[in-house]
Amino acid sequence: MPERARRVFGSWDAVVLIALVVVSVAGALAIDGVASPRFWRFVSLEAIPIALIAMPMTLVVITGEIDLSVASVLGLTCSVMGQLWVWGVTSLPLIIVLCVLLGALLGAVNGLFVTGFGLPSLAVTIGTLALYRGLAYVVLGDRAVADYPIGWTTDAVAPIPRTTIPWVILVVAALAVVFGIVLHATPIGRGLYAMGNNAEATRFAGISVRRTKFWLFVATGAMSSLAGVFWTLRFASARADNGLGLELTVVAAVLLGGVSIFGGRGGLVGVLAAVALLGTLRNALQLAYVPANTLTVVTGSLLIASVVGPNAVSLLRARLRRRRAGAAPAASSPR
Amino acid sequence: MRLSLRFVALTAVAALGLATAGCADDSSGGSGATTGASAAASSAGGAAATTIKEGLKVAFLPKQVNNPYFDTSDNKGGKEAVEQFKGTYSETGPSEASPSAQVSYINTLSQQGTNVIVVSANDKNAICGALNEARAAGAKIVTFDSDTDPSCRDLFINQATADGIAKIQIKLISDAVGPDGGEIAILSATANATNQNAWIEMMKTELAKPEYAKLKLVDTVYGDDDDQKSFQEAQGLLAKHPDLKGIISPTTVGIAAAGRYLSGSSYKGKVQLTGLGTPNQMRAYVKDGTVKAFALWNPADLGYLAAYAGGALASGLISGKEGDKFTAGKLGDFTVGKDATVLLGEPFTFNADNIDQLNF
Repeated sequence: MPERARRVFGSWDAVVLIALVVVSVAGALAIDGVASPRFWRFVSLEAIPIALIAMPMTLVVITGEIDLSVASVLGLTCSVMGQLWVWGVTSLPLIIVLCVLLGALLGAVNGLFVTGFGLPSLAVTIGTLALYRGLAYVVLGDRAVADYPIGWTTDAVAPIPRTTIPWVILVVAALAVVFGIVLHATPIGRGLYAMGNNAEATRFAGISVRRTKFWLFVATGAMSSLAGVFWTLRFASARADNGLGLELTVVAAVLLGGVSIFGGRGGLVGVLAAVALLGTLRNALQLAYVPANTLTVVTGSLLIASVVGPNAVSLLRARLRRRRAGAAPAASSPR
Repeated sequence: MRLSLRFVALTAVAALGLATAGCADDSSGGSGATTGASAAASSAGGAAATTIKEGLKVAFLPKQVNNPYFDTSDNKGGKEAVEQFKGTYSETGPSEASPSAQVSYINTLSQQGTNVIVVSANDKNAICGALNEARAAGAKIVTFDSDTDPSCRDLFINQATADGIAKIQIKLISDAVGPDGGEIAILSATANATNQNAWIEMMKTELAKPEYAKLKLVDTVYGDDDDQKSFQEAQGLLAKHPDLKGIISPTTVGIAAAGRYLSGSSYKGKVQLTGLGTPNQMRAYVKDGTVKAFALWNPADLGYLAAYAGGALASGLISGKEGDKFTAGKLGDFTVGKDATVLLGEPFTFNADNIDQLNF
């Protein structure tokens, strides 16, 4: 029982979940408006695109890689989505399929450079961050395509009947289940952690590191594009600068969620809780008349805390373990 | 559940407010808690109010905070106006000029029960959904500086017409160059900027008038609203046209870059410069004689007018239809024009005499 309790409360997932509950309850008590259903509608609308990208990003970071081009993939998708409409493509399902294929292709380019040529993903995706955003401006320039049918744009943000929560959250939930199963209940998922800890050993163990990572980049591209489609419809505006800087929000959520930037550690529950926590905190503070400059400082501090926090927790746990082991020399545990 | 209870309560208060407004002519001076409701009631019931209600919550939402232009329009003009009609003024907004960040602030303002949102849109359409949700929750929307689609706001405060902007710049360059006239050129922003091209076309029309017969437009170049490119284009203009007498730059980036080039060259005072600029950027060049006068609107007046328009809307004095008349404090009377727009007036001319009184 104590062992179990320690595992639950000692994990960073639990820390983030508890923080989310505390912020929500404290916000609802202290700030007028946080308890209202409309507040949660706005938080969900903001969180949806971030959650969509953060899920595959979690897997990527667990393998020890990163993809910083996600917001540019989103922007380029928005541009292409606008141009498709200008060219007279009027079938929304077709547009969605084409956009997701585009995202997969852009992700494949990242994946090819990283796994095919063995280049560091940080360098590659900083490059494609600029490249894809540049292409977005080539496609759409400083125009905005905004004459989508009203039906499309209202359906995209329509609430689940009898609630204020947008229905798209169900899509996010379904995808979360898929990503969760892959990461936490399949050999592929175990392989991802292994790669993050020691890619060389994983390769010798017979897991194709390259192929797996390649497909992770493809998935990240496709999900970023899906987020782009939602972004365009939600704001009823396809623009080349859509989602500018969003990659940092996504990475912040992934790290705050307890995923180690060095790979090998973290989980989907923590990341999704972190997405919700960041959105709730920001909106609640905004309602409490906290100015934008202060908000930026708060988000920055949280990010620092997220990098320091999980490390501090594991350090603390290791020290506890050592103390329990008594005067015996420190066990050579992997972590 | 909680929301519906609150709604019932609000409706009850609104009904009460309507009843009392019917009895008393002067319903101003009500307590802060009921002013919102009675304002809503009077606009719904069409009670004949003549003054702006007290206690209105008026929020300014600029394209971004930390921007001197909006600091002047909001915290100087807007604040002064709101304090004059005894409302509650606030300014809030994102630190980066993005439409999605603005949407989040509109949602917040709407939840805070703001009566009037005065917004400069980062995107014509992207903030529409949020604005309409805020209107459904009872807020009046006034746009200024940069408009949204007319379907999602109640009024747009237009700083100046394209015609007015074109006329003042031609007049200023003509005054600066003198009666002998000569060759002039235009340093614009990007080649496909809609507003720039509209102004340039109107300037050409203006130049065709007999009083400007001695001015000859020889070139139009594009600095892409980039400081260095604009600087080089200004340099290039003088190399290409040795007889050039004047440059018009209808963009704040272009006029500042051209001013910097001219003031450091032998052309200072010989080649005239005017256009649209901000006093902080142009102060040095006005003082050293590079520039005699330039134009822009006064952002403080713009914010002031927007606040009064919002107050009049939220008090039910006007509905935003063409021909509606209202009084905006020290600026006087205004009439709502086509497409629910209100025109601030002629552009404001800055020169050595007044530049020190303006800071933005």
